[in-house]
Amino acid sequence: MRLDGNAAAGALQEVFPLDATLAFATCAACGARDQLGGAQAYMDAPGVVLRCAHCESVLLRLARNENRIWLELSGCASLEVRTP
Amino acid sequence: MDSRDEAEGVRTLELSVPGWPGHCAGQHADLRLTAEDGYQAVRSYSLAGPPRNGTVELTVERLDDGEVSPYLVDEFRPGDQLELRGPVGGYFVWDPSDPGPLMLIGGGSGVAPLAAILRERAALGSSAPARLLYSAGSEERLIYREELDELVQPSYTLTREQPPGWTGYSRRVDRELLAETVWPASENPIVFVCGPTAFVETVAELLIDLGHAAQRVRTERFGPTGK
Repeated sequence: MRLDGNAAAGALQEVFPLDATLAFATCAACGARDQLGGAQAYMDAPGVVLRCAHCESVLLRLARNENRIWLELSGCASLEVRTP
Repeated sequence: MDSRDEAEGVRTLELSVPGWPGHCAGQHADLRLTAEDGYQAVRSYSLAGPPRNGTVELTVERLDDGEVSPYLVDEFRPGDQLELRGPVGGYFVWDPSDPGPLMLIGGGSGVAPLAAILRERAALGSSAPARLLYSAGSEERLIYREELDELVQPSYTLTREQPPGWTGYSRRVDRELLAETVWPASENPIVFVCGPTAFVETVAELLIDLGHAAQRVRTERFGPTGK
């Protein structure tokens, strides 16, 4: 089931101090720049997978168990977070 | 905990959450249930109630094959405990200073965060022009109807069953229906679309086709997860 990056806000909040769904990610594959909230989200992959809304390449993967969170960001060429 | 039935299979839970910091219209909360054997399920629900009033309202629609929604709609009772994380998500949030008119498009219970935005707009006394297009299967499936009629005069479409004398639309949202009900792209509206995945994707594609900028179309899909 495909959702929006917005649905991953709670999971990302465990890692990022600011709202990561508002961050602008540049896709390492196609160069598109968009807010993570607008990415395609697969919440039950298992773990969370965000894909570029333009080319569907993987931007971010996040998995967790009881005592560890694992974040893979090789699909993001850059992540721009606006400070409040 | 208080609750009210909105429609068949749709229930709004009013939860008192000590220390809730308040929220913006359009944000959601992650809700975690833990079974006796330790199995956990997390689901996201839009915050339906007005921001900043100390309680949290979640409108939940029962998905018959869902793991969580049947419990919340049919079994959850006052005194039962839930774990909530939130408010989270700033992406599907209306900024009252946005210069464009506000366009809200909801499918089914996807109208919940849109109603929160309309309540916020009313509470702020905002003069931002607003429209709502609301699609549901039948008249009985429409939720918050009286309130929505007061907040904004929605365009309704009933896709499966219409009552006698129905004057709204009677079909699934298509290009022509959007062209008639949505602010034209030339007015640069900020558009929020929420509903089941297929509904949201159809509407978003048609809006882009009608000339709306992708950055001005915010989407929130929902559907069964955890399967």
